[in-house]
Amino acid sequence: MKIASLDLAVHRLPTPFPLLHGEVRVSEWSAAALAIAEAHGRLVSLWGRDDRRGESGHFVMSAVYALTGGTLVWLDLPLLSREESYPGLADIYPYVIRQQRAVADLLGLAATGESEEHADSRPWLAHGAWSADYFPLRREAGERTSGEWPSASDYPFVAVAGDGVHEIAVGPVHAGIIEPGHFRFSVVGEKVLRLEQRLGYVHKGIDQRFQSLPASEGYRLAGRVSGDSTVACAWAYCMALEAAWKLPVPPRAVWLRALLLERERIANHLGDLGALGNDAAFAFGLAQFMRLKEDWLRLNKALFGHRYLMDVVVPGGIAGDIDANGIEGLLAQCVAIEAGIRELHDIYDEHAGLQDRFLTTGRVTTEQAMALGLTGLAGRASGIARDVRLNFPAPPYTELEFTLACKSGGDVAARVAVRFDEVFESLRLIRQILRRLPSGMVREELPSLLENERPGGIGAGWIEGWRGEIFVALTLAPGNRIARCHCHDPSWQNWPVLEHAVIGNIVPDFPLINKSFNLSYSGHDR
Amino acid sequence: MWKILGRIAKTGIATEAPPAAAAQKVGAGETASVPRLHQEILDILGRALTIRAVDAGSCNGCELELNALNNIYYNLEGLGIKFVASPRHADLLLVSGPVTRNMVLAVQQTYAAMPAPKLVVALGACAIDGGIFGANYATLGGLAPVLPVDHVIPGCPPEPVDILAGILDVVRRRLPPESVPHV
Repeated sequence: MKIASLDLAVHRLPTPFPLLHGEVRVSEWSAAALAIAEAHGRLVSLWGRDDRRGESGHFVMSAVYALTGGTLVWLDLPLLSREESYPGLADIYPYVIRQQRAVADLLGLAATGESEEHADSRPWLAHGAWSADYFPLRREAGERTSGEWPSASDYPFVAVAGDGVHEIAVGPVHAGIIEPGHFRFSVVGEKVLRLEQRLGYVHKGIDQRFQSLPASEGYRLAGRVSGDSTVACAWAYCMALEAAWKLPVPPRAVWLRALLLERERIANHLGDLGALGNDAAFAFGLAQFMRLKEDWLRLNKALFGHRYLMDVVVPGGIAGDIDANGIEGLLAQCVAIEAGIRELHDIYDEHAGLQDRFLTTGRVTTEQAMALGLTGLAGRASGIARDVRLNFPAPPYTELEFTLACKSGGDVAARVAVRFDEVFESLRLIRQILRRLPSGMVREELPSLLENERPGGIGAGWIEGWRGEIFVALTLAPGNRIARCHCHDPSWQNWPVLEHAVIGNIVPDFPLINKSFNLSYSGHDR
Repeated sequence: MWKILGRIAKTGIATEAPPAAAAQKVGAGETASVPRLHQEILDILGRALTIRAVDAGSCNGCELELNALNNIYYNLEGLGIKFVASPRHADLLLVSGPVTRNMVLAVQQTYAAMPAPKLVVALGACAIDGGIFGANYATLGGLAPVLPVDHVIPGCPPEPVDILAGILDVVRRRLPPESVPHV
């Protein structure tokens, strides 16, 4: 089959969106990356796994690309003769650098052959708190809980020199109730010359942990990779598992999953819209939006048993159904919440002080966004009209009428505007889903084949979460075991863009810019 | 401006009428509503309680609920309970997450910076025993190996009213028995 201008042996996986999978040789690995970039495709995620079996097998590097025609391509590169390096892709896709550094930390495989500008051999997730020769995803690593542990070490930040330049160090513990990470600002007066992030503080070994869970239970861990995106990530995991095991999903369950996903999107946007007002000293906005969000969460709890909908999306369907009263309640809430949001939307739009803080702040141009691989709502605020729900539609989005929210400003104001538009669009989607909800059961009973007799296989999931694209790649071993589960959060792409967005802004605008992206630390650090 | 004032007037004081959903079981079959928890905290503390929250590896679910606890339904600051930025202003350290090795130093330093007497609460399933993440090369599997834990608040994540009840519990347990009011 032809991929861009290349002839690669790939085959279609049984996922509900178009996904091709194939194996490449070292020479094809870089050539494919280049050809896809030239055809305006992009790299979605990069990871590695240990496929060694005694004397046989190899380390395998994997990359998944999104092609412009609405197809994903997953390429595996087996590293023959026990090589521990592979051709790096950062010269073609600069935003892959941190993912490559994570592969080096977790699997001990190095990216090579890159220009000096894009080569970065500093550890990323490993802070020195476990020994440097311990690679948690290698077969010989085992699960390690006891023994001597070194303490975390310092990090060689890039220093900016010049008259009057000084550094402001922030974190990992921040002033508010947020996740931990370190920001190193180089400033002159109030102006930010450079921001360098150090993440990895909430790295909790999720990739290794997956390997000790039964595949049928992995959705619970996937749903806690980033708690605010639990529906999106659990759905992506279940999608991957259902593809690998060829499990059918009842139509009603698929539609309800979309309902939950849109409810998750609205809940997060409501919280962020309030917090963005608050970060511009408009506490009224926080109070009002958090009230709406609380109402929203309480109905989740009443109908689905969990305020954030954790563990509701399960393999083969969803846990729990809604009746006619539930549908009435959901529709009535859409009306009430929409009225409240429209009123607040007017207030935000007309508030001169707020708009003064939002407009031109933290700008990312379309060109920068393209070059840096910005995804999700932040991408759509910088003129990148991409959304998995539109470009790679899986049921039920194939049957739903959907309008993409897109702005070109690229500033905080644009990210606020996209959030408002997406809330209204999600409300519209929820109404469509509830009106046309298919009848029937919501969970397929697992077929008679016992779980621990299941064959191995591979599958993938691809979901537009509220923050952006969530990709899950799942490699199963026979007998209900996970050989490798890679959950990719869009924050991997978007964190480095935040470093660019803040350049030239003043330090007090950083919280506002940061919140306008609201990236996940946990989803990134895993 | 008129729209803002109109919205404020229309919203009213949402704290006064907590929805039935906020009522829940506390202890042995005892039902506590939000307003009663408020009164107990006031009776027991008689002053402000300041909390420093530290995420030591949470999935951010606990942080979502901590932020929700600050919404107008729970009126936390109205009770004299406040989240503070500096550990030097904090009476209580609230830690979420399975405690990653990368965060151990930050957690220890935060605790060290607090003035005595200091209370430590493990928030959520992960801070109690590692939760779904467990203990491995990257996490300690809970807060107990690092700090003396006074109290735990279970849940994944614990809901705002559970967090409120947990805070009340820890304060009550720390007081001499005769000063605890009969409820």
